Amino acid sequence: MSARPPLSPELLKLDAAREADRICDWIRATAHDVKRRGAVVAFSGGIDSSVVGSLCVRALGKENVAGLLMPEEDSGPETLGLSTGIVEHLGISYRLENLTPILAAVGCYRRRDEAIRSVVPDYQAGWKHKIVLPGVLDTDSYRVYSLVVQTPEGQVRKERLPVGAYLAIVAATNFKQRTRKMMEYHEADRLNYVVAGTPNRLEYDQGFFVKLGDGAADLKPIAHLYKTQVYQMAEFLGVPADIRRRPPTTDTYSLPQSQEEFYFSLPYDRMDLCLYARDRGYTAEEAASGLGLTAEQVERVYRDIEGKRRFARYLHLEPQLLEPV
Amino acid sequence: MNETVESQVRAYVVDHFLFGQGGDKLGSEDSFLEKGLIDSTGVLEVVMFLEERFGIKVQDEELVPDNLDSLARIARFVERKMQQKAATA
Repeated sequence: MSARPPLSPELLKLDAAREADRICDWIRATAHDVKRRGAVVAFSGGIDSSVVGSLCVRALGKENVAGLLMPEEDSGPETLGLSTGIVEHLGISYRLENLTPILAAVGCYRRRDEAIRSVVPDYQAGWKHKIVLPGVLDTDSYRVYSLVVQTPEGQVRKERLPVGAYLAIVAATNFKQRTRKMMEYHEADRLNYVVAGTPNRLEYDQGFFVKLGDGAADLKPIAHLYKTQVYQMAEFLGVPADIRRRPPTTDTYSLPQSQEEFYFSLPYDRMDLCLYARDRGYTAEEAASGLGLTAEQVERVYRDIEGKRRFARYLHLEPQLLEPV
Repeated sequence: MNETVESQVRAYVVDHFLFGQGGDKLGSEDSFLEKGLIDSTGVLEVVMFLEERFGIKVQDEELVPDNLDSLARIARFVERKMQQKAATA
């Protein structure tokens, strides 16, 4: 019989006050170690950046935290309002940088649309799009991406993406995350601050980030926290309820897109538990009832977790040297 | 025929995913997934190769390990598709 407790959300219950103190001590020590007194945080209007910003304010003081809001033409209609709301709630200085002109100049939208038209030749201005994955629970099918386009009249089409078009779309849209990071480091250089990254544990572990884009930062204060723990921390830190209620989104494509459609195999609360179970040696049978899944479904999620870890290895890899220097 | 399809797929897989090395260690029934050889993006590349080389069309519902997770499985799948195509021609 297993000595492990039954799998339940209680296992991810956080002592938020104690954890906030631990993180803030570390933020201060880490920033001061590199002789930087403040931190730059890019706010997306989502839960992760709101928590990281709140922790940085708590650690360094609101006068030492600089916010950046960087919407672009595909950002959701609520993004700017929510991100403005959190920086004003925190009382920090912030800059609004509309990224659309930079992204247009570098060819982000043109390159992406050319790739889309290689699959849907009549795709044109005014249409919307996203790329999606099939679910993992009920099939052993490979998780290959499809393109979804929507005409202004609301007609929706879905096409499987050939590898060249898929890579071209992702490469083009990655300009968004990399341009944001360029702006963050510009701000950090200007103010002599560090850049605080915002990945949670799911994103960090599973490679849900762009290398040298949102994957780049000087410190990542919540990379050890499961997403459900980030929500607990948000409540403790007083992050406004409208941000805590916002469903997680990629906010990268012009059609609304959940993170499950784009990357993860389950909604975040169950994905957290599955990752926890996998890392603590729960068999699929042991984990199944706590997740409300069958053992076969848990096995599929476990396989997906390991597949993503193999993919994430490249994303985490430091530049390689021939020999230690 | 089976050997022909499998040997062509083997040459492609060894060239594209093993960078031309260690092909002699890749068994006919070895699972690409278990060996960490081919991920979802790699599967798309393999499918494109199969469609171009053998003139078949791989449907979404056929994108499963039973059809594509080893050299032998691919060979059997391609043979079946080619027979279906010949029968309907």
